Amino acid sequence: MYKYIFRRIAMMIPVMIGVTFLVFFIINLTPGDAASMILGDGATEESIRALREEMGLNDPVIVQYGRYMTNLLKGDLGTSYSTGKTVVGEIGQRFPNTFKLTISAIIISIIISIPIGIISATKQYSIFDSVGMIFALVGVSMPSFWTGLILIIAFSLNFRWFPSGGMDGLKSLVLPAFTLAIASTASITRTTRSSMLEVVRQDYINTAKAKGVSKNIVIRKHALKNALIPAITVIGLEFGILLGGAVLTETVFSWPGIGRLMVESIQRKDTPMVLGCIIVFALSFSIVNLIIDILYAYIDPRIRANYR
Amino acid sequence: MLDKSKKRSQSADVWRRLRKSKAAIAGLILIAIFILVALFAPLLADYNEQAIKINVKERFQPPSQDHLFGTDEFGRDIFARIVYGTRISLFVGVISVSIALSIGGFLGAIAGYYGGRLDNAIMRVLDVLLAIPTILLAITIVAALGASIVNLMIAVGISNIPGFARVVRASVLSVKDQEFIEAAKAIGAKDHTIILKHVLPNSMAPIIVFSTLKVATAIMATSSLSFIGLGIKPPTPEWGGMLAGGRNYIRDHMYIVMYPGMAIVLAVLSLNLIGDGLRDALDPKLK
Repeated sequence: MYKYIFRRIAMMIPVMIGVTFLVFFIINLTPGDAASMILGDGATEESIRALREEMGLNDPVIVQYGRYMTNLLKGDLGTSYSTGKTVVGEIGQRFPNTFKLTISAIIISIIISIPIGIISATKQYSIFDSVGMIFALVGVSMPSFWTGLILIIAFSLNFRWFPSGGMDGLKSLVLPAFTLAIASTASITRTTRSSMLEVVRQDYINTAKAKGVSKNIVIRKHALKNALIPAITVIGLEFGILLGGAVLTETVFSWPGIGRLMVESIQRKDTPMVLGCIIVFALSFSIVNLIIDILYAYIDPRIRANYR
Repeated sequence: MLDKSKKRSQSADVWRRLRKSKAAIAGLILIAIFILVALFAPLLADYNEQAIKINVKERFQPPSQDHLFGTDEFGRDIFARIVYGTRISLFVGVISVSIALSIGGFLGAIAGYYGGRLDNAIMRVLDVLLAIPTILLAITIVAALGASIVNLMIAVGISNIPGFARVVRASVLSVKDQEFIEAAKAIGAKDHTIILKHVLPNSMAPIIVFSTLKVATAIMATSSLSFIGLGIKPPTPEWGGMLAGGRNYIRDHMYIVMYPGMAIVLAVLSLNLIGDGLRDALDPKLK
């Protein structure tokens, strides 16, 4: 098991280096000169040149990348062009908010989707199943920024139950978390249902039934554990979609997380901040997938056996 | 001859199974409506007069006979803007998926067919792309290139390359060791002939399903990017952009965001329904 975890972490390192490399080069395609942007309109040619030299903007991109990586390993992601604060500080301040939002969303999705998926599968073609699947299909088709606006209209402007934006206590978390949760709830439900359907057709389920095990226990003990494996994979993938969705949801609800920070930084052409946000997003996504893979090995003895 | 008749019966079979699914038929009808609206948009509304021109006197008209879906904060007809937005959504959706399919498909096909080191190299590079959530990758690319319709298609296209490469690779792997490929090799067929004429046609099913579902996500991505101001620039009518403009007025004029959002949901839903239906129809095992 430890061997497996170790190997999996070792695999993550080159990928993360690749990510920083790729993103650094894409962001470097941004037109416009950083030095003249920092100094503003009134800057002289002379001072711009001096700052370019100081920031090392005249060096080849690969040298700049090398410098960026050296600093990154020291925990320094540069300073914001627009506010002058350190990128690490700003992201560190905002990250917990995005974390809170995405974790709540994923917990909501799991609590709703797994039971619905299981019941739908065990009662295939029933009314419950059809209604559930229609909701799931509509759910995956709704863009989160629209869902968010609709929830604001209904529960904030109409009923005045929750605030329409900002971050102020638990109440303000409800609408953004549900907005973010809808799409992933829908797709986890669908995956749970279809993998459950596949599992209940296996021979060992018939064997269990034949030897007189009650239906409840067959589902709980024999089917569920195997059916959950694909569901867990999809939860990992959904986390990537959730992080992307956080950008939109945070914009709709003025939620002070790194998604909104990234959008604002793009509008201000604040390159170091954009770069920092993307790297943090990619790193979080990779860590979640790492956890999922470890969980996988824990649940599925076949994977563990490969790494004895 | 034999091969031809078998092929025909296969697609007829798929169509027969697809027709049985009410959901898939609903999806096909919906998407047909969207395509007709996009094609005949000028018959439904005047682009310059209704969808673009600012008309202060007509601001915030609720839905009525004159303005089916009401008017927005600039007095533009929302129905007209949704009609012309259909063109953009479908166009960007299809083109960006074509970009992803051709590049990703090429990479996936050679990776799967040749295997070994080439496969390893391609897949490791794609792992890097996969480590960045799709929409965030698209945002990064548009942020660097600048917001325009072409850059939007490039961004959404590139960010979908790894997905397509994986699907094509997997389906190539599933056919490449079969006997008819070996037969083609034995009679001296060249690699590219084998890939294009024998491998790909026989591994099409999952690729078609995936492409259909991805056009849906591409439409969603396009409107998402426009919503945060990184896609289609106003005044060009785009569904996501319409929501961005209207969101400040939802307190009193909720119809401004209702209808464009429903257009997105219906377009995405129709493609998801078709994709699901096709998957069941192409893979009878899963019935």
